[in-house]
Amino acid sequence: MAHGPAKGISRWLFTTNHKDIGSMYLWFSFAMFLVGGLFALVVRAELFEPGMQIVDPNFFNQMTTMHGLIMVFGAIMPAFVGLANWMLPMMIGAPDMALPRMNNWSFWILPFAFFMLLSTLFMEGGGPNFGWTFYAPLSTTFAPPSVTFFIFSVHIMGISSIMGAINIIATILNMRAPGMTLMKMPLFVWTWLITAYLLIAVMPVLAGVVTMMLMDIHFGTSFFDAAGGGDPVLFQHIFWFFGHPEVYIMILPAFGIVSAIIPTFARKPLFGYSSMVYATASIAFLSFIVWAHHMFTVGMPIAGELFFMYATMLIAVPTGVKVFNWVATMFKGAMTFETPMLFAIGFVVLFTIGGLSGLMLAIAPADFQYHDTYFVVAHFHYVLVPGALFSIIAAVYYWLPKWSGRMYSEILGKTHFWVAFVGLNLTFFPMHFAGLAGMPRRIPDYHMMFANWNMISSVGAFLFAGAQLLFLYIIVTTIIKGRKATDRVWENSEGLEWTVPSPAPYHTFSTPPEVK
Amino acid sequence: MKLPMPSNPIHALCLKLGAWAVGMFVFALWIMPPMYDVFCEITGLNGKTGGRYEASEIQQIDTSRTINVQFVAINNDKMPWQFVPQTRSVRVHPGEQVQIDYRVHNPTGKDMIAQAIPSLVPYNAVNYFHKTECFCFEQQPLKAGESANMPLLFIVDQDIPQGVHTITLSYTIFDVTDRYAADQLLGAR
Repeated sequence: MAHGPAKGISRWLFTTNHKDIGSMYLWFSFAMFLVGGLFALVVRAELFEPGMQIVDPNFFNQMTTMHGLIMVFGAIMPAFVGLANWMLPMMIGAPDMALPRMNNWSFWILPFAFFMLLSTLFMEGGGPNFGWTFYAPLSTTFAPPSVTFFIFSVHIMGISSIMGAINIIATILNMRAPGMTLMKMPLFVWTWLITAYLLIAVMPVLAGVVTMMLMDIHFGTSFFDAAGGGDPVLFQHIFWFFGHPEVYIMILPAFGIVSAIIPTFARKPLFGYSSMVYATASIAFLSFIVWAHHMFTVGMPIAGELFFMYATMLIAVPTGVKVFNWVATMFKGAMTFETPMLFAIGFVVLFTIGGLSGLMLAIAPADFQYHDTYFVVAHFHYVLVPGALFSIIAAVYYWLPKWSGRMYSEILGKTHFWVAFVGLNLTFFPMHFAGLAGMPRRIPDYHMMFANWNMISSVGAFLFAGAQLLFLYIIVTTIIKGRKATDRVWENSEGLEWTVPSPAPYHTFSTPPEVK
Repeated sequence: MKLPMPSNPIHALCLKLGAWAVGMFVFALWIMPPMYDVFCEITGLNGKTGGRYEASEIQQIDTSRTINVQFVAINNDKMPWQFVPQTRSVRVHPGEQVQIDYRVHNPTGKDMIAQAIPSLVPYNAVNYFHKTECFCFEQQPLKAGESANMPLLFIVDQDIPQGVHTITLSYTIFDVTDRYAADQLLGAR
């Protein structure tokens, strides 16, 4: 029986090893992150000054749409799945994922989905240009012909996510080492367990809504076409019934990562472990009953506006519990500020800013002014970039020594953090002001009065992009020639993953470890 | 009845989770849209008015109240027809049957079929606005250059909520020539 990795390309094509598949997920999401970032730079370059300079409006719309789709489905989600693949079996003392072959398949259909999605840009009529939320009838009656490819690529991404989620739940519920009770699991495992349930609940809804689009476009049904008795608002309800849990799919694993990193560098156990678990579960439950806060302006009765407003504000309670616990963990801790910790603290501070602008948007009467302005763009970038993305970067710095057996350069890592930190605040903070002053989203040209804020945003965006190229350089040089890492890596690291050698051998925990 | 489950607990769990995913897909595709329709029908939320009203009981005319009913015509997208209400607004008593006409003209050089879709505000008046006859119940074919009067007969229910003083009824006219077999409707006349 062969124990080592296979040689050559077949190792990657046919691998069933959770570490190989995790690495492929991470590299794939990094590639998609660069592509989506490139699209964002096209957008920011066009918005550098008022007037039309670089691209035509239709291509601009394709860029905003593709940026959103690629970042959500191609960068953030696969990166979290990659981290789950690498870390979950090692954290719970399992030899591999529960369904290794399905694991291989759920990764390998992704490149095809995104190849199909990206290829639409070169088709007659261009790629999707209707925004990442693809509201009907923009995405049905008025869509470019390539929309069918978009629909099928979303189907494939959905299948991949659902298979990944089933695999993760099966691993966590069935493969824990003896003694690893549910309430002893690291929080990253807990948050991923809950996220996986969210995925299984809502990815099929996304598949359903694009299937309805497909039938409206090609088979003469009228789900969203008023001429045939349908209703475009139905699209928004179904989309956001998927869409709101989706935003928690992109943030709950981040909570788990930060809850692993902060105790290590504060040298204190996590404050309020069980309240963290219950807060995660409450957020997941609430995510199903707040979707219409994305559509306050469609003409709901006052009772609906009030219900969705209060339900949305309720989410601030479990989220506040989490932020409190992170701060309480750091309180009176012997803190050091290595790169993962910098990103984790950046996460706590900036994610809170994004959460507070979310509370402002939740106020239904005020939302009528903020709706579809750059204030919304500022809000969701503050929760996704320093939220989801910073946690992924923090996780890479935190666990890269375990994966590769080599340490990154602390100076370069800290430089990466500070350039990214300054860059993203320059990019997204002025968007709050542009939005409050009334600048609408998804426009290639704008009034002169927004010129200064936009110029600052564009400069920040290019700075932020430069920081990510530095990130790529750091990863590559670390893997090639970083100095050797110890098994424990960090002074106060806790958890099963630090009990195996660095780099982690191809097979770990073939015999289950003892969990006290 | 107990379904036979695989003995391997991992496979049994995956089967359940997979069934749940399929269930959610079915829910999104076949249950959510009808649920939405029923919800809107009860509350009147999306402004869709009901079908043909059969006056089962003779309504008393309530002369103590007057409701202002306004009529709006909208052409969807690039629909080239001229489409205007002959009466912009009418003051009616609840219970009284009123007729108004919309005028359509097909100025193009080709035979076309149109479908008018009603939408009504405020939403709490939707279930109290009854149409005994409406051009929106069927498609309107017009040959090139033809014109037509399209009648609407309606009754505002006596039980209409007290706060409602104005009802706005808007028709959007859609070009459905491609959707319906043109020869059937145009040729039958």
